[in-house]
Amino acid sequence: MSQFFGFTVVGLVVGCIYAMAASGLVLTYTTSGIFNFAHGAIGMVMAFAFWDLSENRGWPVPLALVAVLGVIAPLTGALVERFVIRRLRGAPVEVTLVVTLALLLALLYGSYVLWDPTLARPLPRFFGNNAVRILGVNVSYHQLIVVATAVLVAVGLRFVLYRTRTGLAMRAVVDDPELTALTSAEPDRITALSWAMGASLAGLAGVLIAPLTTLDALTLTLLVVNSYAAAMFGRLRSLPLTFAGGIGLGLLFSYGSGYLPQSDFNNRLRDGLPTILLFVVLLVLPAARIRAGGAVSDRRAMRLPSLKASIRNASVFAAGCVLCAAALPEERLGTLGDVLAIGVILLSLVLLTGYGGQVSLCQLTFAGVGALVVGKVGANPFGYGLAVLIAALLGALVALPALRLRGLYLALATLAFARFFETVVFVDPNAFGANTRFAVDRFSLGPLDFSGEKMNFAFLGVVFSAAAVGLLALRRSAFGRRLAAMGDSPAACTTLGIDLTRMKLTVFTISAGLAGLGGALLGGLHTGVSVYDFTMLGSLGLLLVVTLGGIANVSGAILGSATLGVIAALKPSASEEVQRFLDMAPGLTVMLLLARMPDGVAGWLGRQWERVTGEDRGAAGLQSLEADFVGDPGTGFDADPDTGVRPGVLDAAG
Amino acid sequence: MLQVENVTVRFGGVTAVDDVSLDAQSGEITGLIGPNGAGKTTTFNVICGLQEAVAGRVRVGGVDVTEQKPHLRARLGVARTFQRLEVFGSLTVADNLRVAAEARTDPTTDPETAVRHALARTGIAHLAEARVTNLPTGLLRLVELGRALAAEPRLLLLDEPGSGLNDVETERFAELLLDLAAEDGLAVLLVEHDVELVMEVCSNIHVLDFGSKIAEGTPAQIKANEMVQAAYLGSEVV
Repeated sequence: MSQFFGFTVVGLVVGCIYAMAASGLVLTYTTSGIFNFAHGAIGMVMAFAFWDLSENRGWPVPLALVAVLGVIAPLTGALVERFVIRRLRGAPVEVTLVVTLALLLALLYGSYVLWDPTLARPLPRFFGNNAVRILGVNVSYHQLIVVATAVLVAVGLRFVLYRTRTGLAMRAVVDDPELTALTSAEPDRITALSWAMGASLAGLAGVLIAPLTTLDALTLTLLVVNSYAAAMFGRLRSLPLTFAGGIGLGLLFSYGSGYLPQSDFNNRLRDGLPTILLFVVLLVLPAARIRAGGAVSDRRAMRLPSLKASIRNASVFAAGCVLCAAALPEERLGTLGDVLAIGVILLSLVLLTGYGGQVSLCQLTFAGVGALVVGKVGANPFGYGLAVLIAALLGALVALPALRLRGLYLALATLAFARFFETVVFVDPNAFGANTRFAVDRFSLGPLDFSGEKMNFAFLGVVFSAAAVGLLALRRSAFGRRLAAMGDSPAACTTLGIDLTRMKLTVFTISAGLAGLGGALLGGLHTGVSVYDFTMLGSLGLLLVVTLGGIANVSGAILGSATLGVIAALKPSASEEVQRFLDMAPGLTVMLLLARMPDGVAGWLGRQWERVTGEDRGAAGLQSLEADFVGDPGTGFDADPDTGVRPGVLDAAG
Repeated sequence: MLQVENVTVRFGGVTAVDDVSLDAQSGEITGLIGPNGAGKTTTFNVICGLQEAVAGRVRVGGVDVTEQKPHLRARLGVARTFQRLEVFGSLTVADNLRVAAEARTDPTTDPETAVRHALARTGIAHLAEARVTNLPTGLLRLVELGRALAAEPRLLLLDEPGSGLNDVETERFAELLLDLAAEDGLAVLLVEHDVELVMEVCSNIHVLDFGSKIAEGTPAQIKANEMVQAAYLGSEVV
């Protein structure tokens, strides 16, 4: 009995912390409509700031708490709202996702700059190990404080939201920001306030949980995945349900740890529990209604090269790769090879996100599956085919349950999937193993052996070029038009007779297959992989760099991949501080620039090019239109001989 | 062609559409008018399947489509335009229409013919290769109309297609609408604020106010209806 009570106390405490973090997440989501993937990262930074003030600088604990939760955290939240979130109002969901993911990575790597991750930072519990004995179980003061704080937070939030004018305005912003603005409740101020409160709640959770686990940036950042599940349980709306979800999750965790028989697999299963639950909660969410938003998307207004031009360009690129392979010394080809292999994985994101407007946070998971299959079956055409096929099937599997949901939930499902594979599947001794290197061969076909550095590099160049041409051909096909149309306006698509579910499933499947191919190539390039090559965090990083490169364009894939290549090339000669800053750079750049440059470097270059060459066909069309209105002859429209009226835009003559 | 029977829609506690019935015949233009917030667009959303009704039925060509998904209704010949534009921003004008032409399940013409035809009808053939993001709103309404026509519908739902057009353009637009009904035999359901246009082209008009239908009849009957005048028209038409 006392054993059961002990597990209950542990679960309750952890659950309370999840619940507090999750309620902050719900608060910011409901007032701004933006799901903050960086919520956990904010909590992590606050825990570190608390350590810095109280342990490092020796401030008294109460003073450090007030400074962190009352000043630093709300200020951070408000600044993030002001300079990042506010610019995203009305932006498509995939843009808002990428920006908060960028914030996550920027904060994570930023914390490495400030606090050297190789040092251990013990953070004592509040009141040390003092405890009271309840029902035969030692309950520490720290645990009591956690539960009491959670109760205070729950009651406080309820009071603020339902008993104050500000709370009323907060709830109103959720429903209709424009209407709230009309009644002069200043939605900007309200949203900023809720982000400030959200950051404090994240900080509170971070400060309370860090002494119970460890003050490690990555661990604390990813703990928020557990809060995602709790927030989903409240459907991102209901705070009471969110609290219930958090506490339920904590208890389940604790009982799982306590009663499941100790085995390697069960241990991993426990680690994967929150993601499994997140997936299950997503499964039972009701289907989303397709809304006609009324926004004219301009995120991907990029001229498509003709098929001929793309084949020509790709051939030049492939020939260049072959030349590089012949001319460059072997040791130089490694990093360049990475650019090509990762480029193939990034192409899968161009297809899925750039063209189709769907977000996946598990492309590296599909890549890992590709590498795994080739490593098991062999680096021959059959192995490669099977790798693509199995990755594609997994893509369909992960997408299937979430297809009927909104883009955000689909992204969360892929996140859960990526974490599950990282913590449960890939570490299995039958897969990559926990800390071992898993051998993957380079492609060979009978006498054609591509295992030499030079041959393999040329092979990668040709495969990337072929994949790029294939992608462009796909985009130019009826399927590709439909895909772009779905990305622009799902509502218009479905009222034209297009089955969105089938479209999403198809594009997810193809994209996963392509990522699987990229993973097989990447594994071969390094002649082996480990579980650390295919993490969820890695997938987020890829999404960022391809966004930076220009996610709507095939050239964006190679630009994004080259960005990673440049960082990798700069690192060996840089000091440790500069290295960490380099890691932070993509996240920081995307976060600050995306609202201004939604189509990335490739899109920007494309527009400059069109400006120089005057190839803007839209502008040409408009010019002829203006000419039409002012009666300029020679536009191909003749005046009616009887009335002298020139046909305007509404020429109904058929 | 279209029968809407006793449809009710609620958003939370607000009843947006309350027990509304209306129909639209092939070869005729049917008007749906009412003040802002009367439930016109919500009714459109119910007809094409973007909004679920809590009660009532929708029939298209005699088939009960109440439980059907939007894309299946489209395949029965329902096409629409949007009051708040839903053009495909990353595609050219022609590709906007092409998506619709290629989505047809039993096409009578090849997609390119359908696209050319729809471009010509809406008078935007010279803009075929323009990217829609570069076009003003008035023209985007025509792109949406062209896109709906490229789907070769039997029932065409137009949500304020005439806003942003000048007098000459409105006249041409009226001709096009009459043409679509008379020659192509389409059933056209028209939501429009320009009452003169509605009176000119519609053979039958339904009037909504606060989610309820308050009148139905010919333009002459609607003009004479006191409830309609009180609710909506004011003195300008009388």
